[in-house]
Amino acid sequence: MKCKEFLALLDDLIDDSVSPETRTELQTHLGKCGHCEIIFNTTRKTIEIYRSHEIYDLPAGLRDRLHAAIMARCKKGC
Amino acid sequence: MSTIQSIAGELEPHPDVALVERVRGGDVSAYDTLVRKYERQIFRIAQHITQNREDAEDVMQDAFLKAYEKLEQFQGNSKFYTWLVRIAVNESLMRLRKRRTGKMVSIDEDIETDEGSVPRDLADWAPDPEQNYNQAELAEILRKTIQGLPQGFRIVFVLRDVEGLSTEETAETLGLSIPAVKSRLLRARLQLRERLSRYFHRKKGVER
Ligand SMILES: [Zn+2]
Repeated sequence: MKCKEFLALLDDLIDDSVSPETRTELQTHLGKCGHCEIIFNTTRKTIEIYRSHEIYDLPAGLRDRLHAAIMARCKKGC
Repeated sequence: MSTIQSIAGELEPHPDVALVERVRGGDVSAYDTLVRKYERQIFRIAQHITQNREDAEDVMQDAFLKAYEKLEQFQGNSKFYTWLVRIAVNESLMRLRKRRTGKMVSIDEDIETDEGSVPRDLADWAPDPEQNYNQAELAEILRKTIQGLPQGFRIVFVLRDVEGLSTEETAETLGLSIPAVKSRLLRARLQLRERLSRYFHRKKGVER
């Protein structure tokens, strides 16, 4: 397997949607290629960091304003 | 045995279904529960698309209000969450168009990329790279980095990787084909990775 082929399957490997045979091939490549190993690990880390860190906090009071707006609609008939 | 379990799992209705039914029956407090459950996600999506806090606040309000008013039209064959996300994405794009009057805003704008090329920046990252920054610094780095992505890549990454939609749901929400979602996702992930490398690479022992 070449690095280019590995890269083409990188997402499937990260998302765990490869067949067991392909997985073995990819892992064999990872074991031999430091380059792809770094790409694989750091790409996975990139996703994990974005998933686990709140970068946009919900503004205070937004929920209350929404609730008030919904109650106002509701009074017209719900 | 696992077959029986998975069949039972499929028959188990999503908890949102009962909440939606209660709202339809006139119980507004059930809608508050849905709001609390998804407000963060909807606000984040709006913020990622509009890149503007005020717009994101308006979008969140409008999306939940619209969903409330249109609840009768909601078909149980899609998840309430993905239905809500679709409303929020459309509201966000509408806001963008209003701000940039005359300029077309599209999520399927053509994006030039070097597909299939192997990334060059290959410094490995520190073991726990985020620990070299405090929370505020880290949030700033993550915001700056993702804001620099092309819009069409950013939305796909946010829906698929951050907010947990499937590839199919992302494609449906954005009106894109599944291959388009997949290719954008790969490029978004690789671009983010490369940009974050600037901050997270191993400091010592690496010549750059
Ligand atoms: Zn390789």
